[in-house]
Amino acid sequence: MARLNVNGKMRTVEVEADTPLLWVIREQFGLTGTKYGCGVAQCGACSVHVNGEVRRSCSIPVGVLKSSDRITTIEGLSHNASHPVQRAWAEIDVPQCGYCQSGQIMAAAALLARNKRPTDADIDAAMTNICRCGTYQRIRAAVKLAAGGAKAAGGAQ
Amino acid sequence: MSAPVGLPRRRFIVDSALAGGGFALGMSLSGRALAVPAASGLAAATALGGSFGANAAGAEVTVWVVVQADDHCVIRIARSEMGQGTLTGLAQLVAEELECDWSKVKTEFPTPGQSLARKRAWGEMGTGGSRGIRTSEDYVRRGGAAARIMLMQAAANRLGVPVSELAVERGVIRHAASGRSLRYGEVCEAAARLDAPDPRSITLKKPTEWKIAGKPLKRLDTAAKLDGSKKFALDLELPGMVYAAIKDCPVFGGKVVSVDESAIAARKGVKKVVRVGDTAVAVVADTWWRARSALAALPIVWDEAGLGNRSSATIDALLKDGLDAPNAFVYRNEGDAPAAIAGAVKRIDADYATPFLAHATMEPMNATARVTADRAEAWVPTQNGEGSHASLAEATGLPLDRCEIYKCDPGGGFGRRGGNQDYVRQVALIAKQFPGVPVKLIWSREEDMAHDFYRPISQCRLSAGLDANGQLVGLQVRLSGQSINAFINPGSVADGRDERQLQGWYEKAGDAQLGYTLPNLRIEYAMRNSHVPVGPWRGVNTNQNGVYMECFLEEVARAAGADSWQFRRRLMANHPKHLAVLDAAAERAGWGKPLPAGVHRGIAQFMGYGSYSAAVAEVSIGSDGRVKVHRLVFALNCGHAVNPHQIAAQVEGSVAYGLSATFYGECTIDKGRVVESNFHDYPIMRLADMPPVETIVMPSNDFWGGVGEPTICVVGPAVLNAVFAATGKPVRSLPLRRHKLA
Repeated sequence: MARLNVNGKMRTVEVEADTPLLWVIREQFGLTGTKYGCGVAQCGACSVHVNGEVRRSCSIPVGVLKSSDRITTIEGLSHNASHPVQRAWAEIDVPQCGYCQSGQIMAAAALLARNKRPTDADIDAAMTNICRCGTYQRIRAAVKLAAGGAKAAGGAQ
Repeated sequence: MSAPVGLPRRRFIVDSALAGGGFALGMSLSGRALAVPAASGLAAATALGGSFGANAAGAEVTVWVVVQADDHCVIRIARSEMGQGTLTGLAQLVAEELECDWSKVKTEFPTPGQSLARKRAWGEMGTGGSRGIRTSEDYVRRGGAAARIMLMQAAANRLGVPVSELAVERGVIRHAASGRSLRYGEVCEAAARLDAPDPRSITLKKPTEWKIAGKPLKRLDTAAKLDGSKKFALDLELPGMVYAAIKDCPVFGGKVVSVDESAIAARKGVKKVVRVGDTAVAVVADTWWRARSALAALPIVWDEAGLGNRSSATIDALLKDGLDAPNAFVYRNEGDAPAAIAGAVKRIDADYATPFLAHATMEPMNATARVTADRAEAWVPTQNGEGSHASLAEATGLPLDRCEIYKCDPGGGFGRRGGNQDYVRQVALIAKQFPGVPVKLIWSREEDMAHDFYRPISQCRLSAGLDANGQLVGLQVRLSGQSINAFINPGSVADGRDERQLQGWYEKAGDAQLGYTLPNLRIEYAMRNSHVPVGPWRGVNTNQNGVYMECFLEEVARAAGADSWQFRRRLMANHPKHLAVLDAAAERAGWGKPLPAGVHRGIAQFMGYGSYSAAVAEVSIGSDGRVKVHRLVFALNCGHAVNPHQIAAQVEGSVAYGLSATFYGECTIDKGRVVESNFHDYPIMRLADMPPVETIVMPSNDFWGGVGEPTICVVGPAVLNAVFAATGKPVRSLPLRRHKLA
């Protein structure tokens, strides 16, 4: 049994201790915004925040989490997609298929929480999630926009 | 108005007797109703946030347009949306002719079952080959225009004035003389009762008149992708659902001999071990994680069908044989290339090679099915809803009209989820063993890597001759490798005559035409098929052929001591559209102008999917041999540009997909199976590797070309030619990470 604080709510779940947090979030709590992509902490589609830091939930067994750990999923990042990263993503029109974007947004939000004005090198180092559609150029622009930078030229109407 | 032609009228009379026979009304406004199966998961799925089927409330004016009383216009989209933006582009085309308010546009997907019931009223649903817009633009625009004509006629009838006295803008019809106006929502029901105009009588707008189409509008489908609320097929939950994990014989062509179910019998949550056809085993459990964990612990004995000794080395030997074979399919033979090359002052020869590649969509293969004795439904991330429909019917043994597919937006497609609906077949076979219970099948990433329909492996031998003036007098190309058509339909390419593998070298204009005119040219293909399944992979054969042709041409240009751009230009006088994009890319990139120390340029042009593409890359190589791409400039003529902002997004996407292949992508074969299993050994390009991309969208407005795939074929060659410029040595095999460059 695990007691988890997810998006500010305490939840109790009856699962094996080696069950990855990802599958508890998705299958037990029904929070499906966090995605399965690889299961081996490579792609970042499963990114969530644990105590404010971005973590790949596919590789965290729930047994290692404490009830005092604060877990935030994409559903709990903001009300009405109002987080500056989500607003910037909308402004730049970042997503294509959208499957990786929950993880990308969580990674960007964690980056900006600890680094208000990331450089290109900071963005390179922090944004390591895979996007197969290739939205990387717009992700970079949106991270800068969310950080308060100027909007990239040539945006959509 | 003339009699209805072409645009089917929707006049379903649904009475209580019919509705009682297992059907319920999907909608019933304006006396028009669409019958949808009561037993289907439509209601449940819709409640879960999905949008399955053409069921929007409102008045269906044409099959493409439903107008609601509050003036919202629901535009029907038959093609699949997997990130490429087709949904938004098609909606723009319909809305343009409809003259509606873009801020009030919504969309929905008709299901394959609805399409069947209405005699394919929405046409082709398959979404591949960059055809989504270019092969449906005409009929969807006419569908939008017909709806506008009917709405205006209804307004004219209501106002008692000739329709010629009316004008419409953003869904408001005005009668200037009387100052009266009507909104679309006020006349939609009357319009829906009118006969549709003959589509051939409709004059479509010229692109110069476009106000919605042709504009860089934002996508319509972004909001749900920002807060986790978008439901992919992987996210679907239905009451009573069970979950399946699957393992197919890792050796292609092998079979299951036995499984030891006792090994997992005591595991929590496991419901059943299921044989899936002859080749696969699935474990069904109360959660997917439990199913996957149990499957990993399940001993399975395989029959490798004698193919366990196949390897990359044996396949390499097969392809080398194709390069050397005396006979091959001669596709083009103009002049006498062998003689011209033999008699040339200077001769250049090279062998090139590219590997198998996996699609590696971010959302692994998955589908959900619910099957009973007389009905089957499946929720599928698909590029080809009708293909999914056929697979479901075949696997369940039920007729098509007892089967339904709810299309889910795929988390990436790239050709993997088109014609090959293997995962639908699998989930249907599993669900048959759980009558009435929804079964969600999810492939692990490892299964996804092990059972793709891979980009075909090939090698290419090229020879060229130069005369004393450095002019190219002859070119000979021998392609050897695997055929997609031979895998899908061997009979279609009997005797190895498969032009599709030579995509990009076509003589015929308009699709994938070679942009060079050569006095002596010979193009040959030696089909050599391994046991590895192959299929279309974003850009398909233009990827490999673009590398072969454009990198070899770079070798020839350098042997001639010529400038790379100018050498190509001299061969392109008969191909002005190819030349125009090449010139545009070179000029924007500042070709010939000084670069920072250590930075080098490469250029390439190639054609696929009816559009013309060129690229210039700027590259440097670090002391550690690491290649850095500093800049990529593209020029694309796709004929008509429906949404330049989304076209640029597709070009940027093609860079990430193309550079992943150029730098990293390789599926190797050992013991009859694919060695690579996940992203640690099948690396994908990440943000840090993404160069700034500049895209010149330069529509010539005289044809309709594709967008999703055309530019990928110049990504690799432009970068590889820049690497050649940096090192002085050509790169003749991919991926680049196998080469020591420092």
